[in-house]
Amino acid sequence: MLLLAALPALLIAIAPIVYLVARATAGGGLQSLEVSTIGPATIRTFVLAILVAVGAVGIGVPLAVLTIRTDLPLRRVALVLGALPLVIPSYVGALALLGALGPRGLLAQALEPLGVFRLPTIDGLLGSTIVLVLFTYPYVLLLTAAALRRVDPALEQAARGMGRGSLDTFVRVTLPQIRSAVIAGALLAALYAMSDFGVVSLLRCTTLTREAFLRYDALYDPAGAAAVGLVLAALALLMVGAEQWTVRGSTIAARRRVRARDATTPLELGRTARLGASAFVIMIISLALILPLAILIWWALTLIGDASLLTQLVDALPAAANAIGVSTAAAIVCLVLALPVAALVTRSSGRLPRWIESVSYVGYALPGIVVGLGLVFFAIRTAPFLYQTVALVVLAYVVRLLPQAISGARSGWERVDPRFEQAARGMGRSASGTLFRVTLPLAAPGVLTGAALVVLTAIKELPATLLLRPNGFETPATIIWQKTNVAEYSSAAIPALLLIAISAIPVYFLLIRPEARPHP
Amino acid sequence: MTRRHLPLLIALFSLTALIVGACGGSNENSKLVVYSGREQELVEPLYAQFTKDTGIELDVRWGESPELAATIREEGDASPADVFYAQDAGSIGIIDPQLATLPQADLELVPARYRDTAGRWVGVTGRVRVLTYNTDRVQGDALPASVLDLASPDWKLGDVGVAPTNASFVGFVSALRETIGDEQTQAFLDGLAQHAKTFQKNGQIVDAVATGEIDTGLVNHYYLYEKLGSDPNAPLGNHYFDPTDPGSLVNVSAVGILSTSKHKQDAETFVNWLLTEGQVFFANDAAEREYPLNSAQPGLERSAELPPLAEHLGPDVDLAKLADDLENTIAMIRKAGLVN
Repeated sequence: MLLLAALPALLIAIAPIVYLVARATAGGGLQSLEVSTIGPATIRTFVLAILVAVGAVGIGVPLAVLTIRTDLPLRRVALVLGALPLVIPSYVGALALLGALGPRGLLAQALEPLGVFRLPTIDGLLGSTIVLVLFTYPYVLLLTAAALRRVDPALEQAARGMGRGSLDTFVRVTLPQIRSAVIAGALLAALYAMSDFGVVSLLRCTTLTREAFLRYDALYDPAGAAAVGLVLAALALLMVGAEQWTVRGSTIAARRRVRARDATTPLELGRTARLGASAFVIMIISLALILPLAILIWWALTLIGDASLLTQLVDALPAAANAIGVSTAAAIVCLVLALPVAALVTRSSGRLPRWIESVSYVGYALPGIVVGLGLVFFAIRTAPFLYQTVALVVLAYVVRLLPQAISGARSGWERVDPRFEQAARGMGRSASGTLFRVTLPLAAPGVLTGAALVVLTAIKELPATLLLRPNGFETPATIIWQKTNVAEYSSAAIPALLLIAISAIPVYFLLIRPEARPHP
Repeated sequence: MTRRHLPLLIALFSLTALIVGACGGSNENSKLVVYSGREQELVEPLYAQFTKDTGIELDVRWGESPELAATIREEGDASPADVFYAQDAGSIGIIDPQLATLPQADLELVPARYRDTAGRWVGVTGRVRVLTYNTDRVQGDALPASVLDLASPDWKLGDVGVAPTNASFVGFVSALRETIGDEQTQAFLDGLAQHAKTFQKNGQIVDAVATGEIDTGLVNHYYLYEKLGSDPNAPLGNHYFDPTDPGSLVNVSAVGILSTSKHKQDAETFVNWLLTEGQVFFANDAAEREYPLNSAQPGLERSAELPPLAEHLGPDVDLAKLADDLENTIAMIRKAGLVN
């Protein structure tokens, strides 16, 4: 019966695939795909996704270990600051980094008197990788930090008791227990890179997402865009399959419902290691957080004394309210859809719920423009009353972000010991009483984490919002788009800073604080 | 409440949330719906003036011209749009099957070469392709008379900024194919690609020229004035190619009325107003300094630094054809390696 409740999620998860197949085959889109253009773009997309995932792990895992498990100075502050780049939309981050380090950015201007004239350009595959890594590693950091806290300290103590060194214990005992969290974070980073448009177009790296845009926006060909989307969907399923295959062996360790309340002894860094680790943490935080923020503030400050500063702020406020509204609505719908799936995945052995979860990742890997065009197609033909309403914007976010809600809710459910539920039933609580009084409160941290990720990603969404919004409906992202279109970076800085400020609230309370609190 | 009912409850809740969300908006409209591919920053005051003059309220959908055109195509007969005001002839040409014929009197306000031969859209303003250059780093008179020289191996001025998939560049390449044929066009693109730096948008090219990142860029003439509006000291100049050179293509911003429009009368008032009163705004008020195409409109002040349009007739190209055979135009741009 619970399966019935999972039906809406199933519909949302397979809808993009049904649309892509139907549109690409019926509209002649597939025929328009030439191997000579799609082949290299597919390879480039794949390489970018892998490089971003590897880079995000390379930064996220060490940061998590350093801030959770060592005696690094100021490690809780470092964790908070290290996770905060999550609130900077990657396209804003890319613009700001170019403004700072680009060939004619602030650094180049500062160096000019010294005779350094043209700095190397940050672009192409390498440039896109660097920028995307800087703004996606927090996914790996947060998931790994959470997993590190759940690691059973008894096992580590046993290993040390048997004479293993700290490093050896970490590699042989701790790492296997956090492997699935690390890989889940890497998957999020990889899929993010696949669906990103802003960074790859600014930095000239023609991925499949950029190909899809090109078909829509230079060739006026939505069927062609859908065909490219189909290739992306296949690539996404491949990645999700690979993730599940890799994680398979470690599920037992991950499912152990241990509560690591006993403080594990922090790993002591030696003097040199502490210095190196601090330098690493400072470098990452400077590049991913401080530098972009400083540039945005610098741009905003150039408006001081300008009469338009106040009007711009006033214009941006209702837009911020709009963004909060639609992204929260999306999070609520996502949660309602995700909870039955999460319950089924953890409490039953059926294949369908797991399948729903995997397939829902397709929406996450698709560019907003492909999802948006799909919903235009759907609404115009079957539900014209929905067209150009806020509801369709919300639906687009749900299609794209459902997997974030499902994986959050699932990790929440996994932490609930079924024996508590059995005990509640045994003491005469009804099924719904047990759900609302026992399961949900215990699962709440994970569930809310998923919801917070949905809000956070939806609040900065641009392509689908532009395509589906009602006339006159602005969000900070649409204002940034409009200002950067005419290269008015100072004016774009105000909505960008506002967007960052409002995203920082859910990020801090729901994502960072639970991980950064001291051990009880 | 039994265990059996619980999932039903959740399912119902899910569906209700979907339905409630679904009814959360309304899209009925008594205003004139304008899909505006022209930038909000530029034309918002123009639209406000229209409402003030005529009392007709506008419901504007802002977007990039090609994207709005693709949307109108996808919407088909159900399109909520009454009017499409596009940035370039190609973007409006692509939806011409969905456009109604405009009143002859309005069409005749504008020279024949700046409107659709079948009368489904009409140019409002003209924009000339130019080579924008950095006046600190380049002598204006050292620049070539023909755009084709940009592709020469003897080109000495470093990277040329181009926006290879932007509608303005694509339209220029389509026009080149019309004037010099596919073979020479491909040779030109191949040569240009040897020293081209690619951007997404024309505004970014002009920015890069202003900062000295590149010395020259192939754009429309008005981006210079847009940039000077926010940064009056930017070292920028426009180089116009020879009047008959294919590089001097005059493209138009153009307007058309959807044949499915439910507000035909208001839509016609809008088009007529753009071609008469609206022309004054483009000539006198707009920082961008586009060419008003109805030169008979009283009250137009001509900017002294702008060469008269008559001298820049550009190559003889049917603008309605810029939307044809886009696949091959894009394929040629790709073949040259300009899309990387």
